[in-house]
Amino acid sequence: MQDARCKSQVTGHRSLDAWWAIALLVGVIASLLVIGVVAAQGGTVTDDQVNAIAKRLNCPVCENVPLDVCETQACVQWRDLIRQKLAAGEKPEQIINYFQTTYGDRVLQEPPRQGFTGLVWILPFVGLVAGMAILVVVLRRMTARPAPVQLETAPSESADEYRERLERELKELG
Amino acid sequence: MSEVALPSTKKTSRSIWRVIALLVVVGLVLALALQLRARNATQPTSGAAPDFILKVYSGYDGGSGKPEIRLADLRGQVVFVNFWASWCVPCRDEQPALEKVWRQYRDKGVVFVGVDYVDTEPAALKYLAEFGVSYPNGPDLGTKISPKYHIQGVPESFLVDRQGNIVLFKIAPINAAELVTALDHALAK
Repeated sequence: MQDARCKSQVTGHRSLDAWWAIALLVGVIASLLVIGVVAAQGGTVTDDQVNAIAKRLNCPVCENVPLDVCETQACVQWRDLIRQKLAAGEKPEQIINYFQTTYGDRVLQEPPRQGFTGLVWILPFVGLVAGMAILVVVLRRMTARPAPVQLETAPSESADEYRERLERELKELG
Repeated sequence: MSEVALPSTKKTSRSIWRVIALLVVVGLVLALALQLRARNATQPTSGAAPDFILKVYSGYDGGSGKPEIRLADLRGQVVFVNFWASWCVPCRDEQPALEKVWRQYRDKGVVFVGVDYVDTEPAALKYLAEFGVSYPNGPDLGTKISPKYHIQGVPESFLVDRQGNIVLFKIAPINAAELVTALDHALAK
C-alpha cells in the first residue's frame, strides 16, 4: 500500500516535472516568436538608423539643409515617416527611392548621376580637362622658339670675287 | 623671303574647335540665365493657369470617382486651387473656411482642389480627416505642380475662372468672406 503511494508520488513528481518542462518550452517558444515579430517589424528603430537615411535627404522647405539636422515640423514628419518605414522592414535604399519618387530629385543630398542632373558630376571634370588643355596650349605657345626664318641670300662669294666684281662694275660706270 | 603657311586642314580644324568652344560657353550662359529666371519667377496672378494632373488620395476624389484630376478638364468651371501641408500651421487656420465655402458652392459650378505640398501621406490623411475635408485632394507627386505656380510656401491659393485664367492669387490664409466674394465675381463673369 505504502509502495503504491510512493510509486504514485514518484509518478506525480515526474508528471509535474514534465508539465514544468512543457510550460518552460512553450514560454521559450512564445518569447522567441515575440522577439521575431518585434524584430521583423523593426520595433527597435534607433535615431541613428533614422538619421543615417535622413542625412542623405534634404529638408523640403529649407535651402540645402540636411534632413537629419533640421527641426522644422516638415522635417520632423519626414523623419517619423522614415522611422515608420524602417519599422515596417523597408530597406534604406527603398526608403530613399520612395522619397525621390514622391518628392523629386531635389530632396536628395547627392544629385542622381543620370539624366540632366548627371551633368553636375560631369561638368567639373570637363571644365578641368578643358582648362588644362587651354593651359598647355598657351604655355606651349609662350615657350615655343620662333621657327628659324630662312632668308633668301645671294650665293656666297669670296672677298676676292667681290672685290673683282666691284672694280669691274666701277670701271663700267666710269 | 619664304612665307610660313599653315595647311588649310589645320586652319579649318582650329576654326571648328573655336566654334564648338563658343557654342559651349553660350550654352552654359543660356542655361544659367534660364535657371536664374526660373528662380526669380513669381507666382502668376493673371493669364492662363498652368495645367497639371493631380493624383488624389484614396477617398479624396470629391465624389468624381476618378483617381486623377486634370486642371484642363475642369474648363468651364471655376476652380479654386489651394496649396497646403499638414505641417503648416496657417493652413490649419484657413482649412475650416475652405471646407465651409466648398460645401456652399460645390453645386454651383465650382471645384476646389487641394494640392498637398511636400507632406507625408499618413500626416496628410490625418489632417484631412481631422478637418472633415471633402473636396479633391492629393499630393504634389515629384514636386511637379508647385514649381509651375512658383509657390514660395503654404498656404497659397489661386482662383481660376471658367476660361482657365487666374483671377485671384492669395499668398496668406484666405478667409471665407474673401473667398465668397472672389467666387461670386468669377461665377458672374
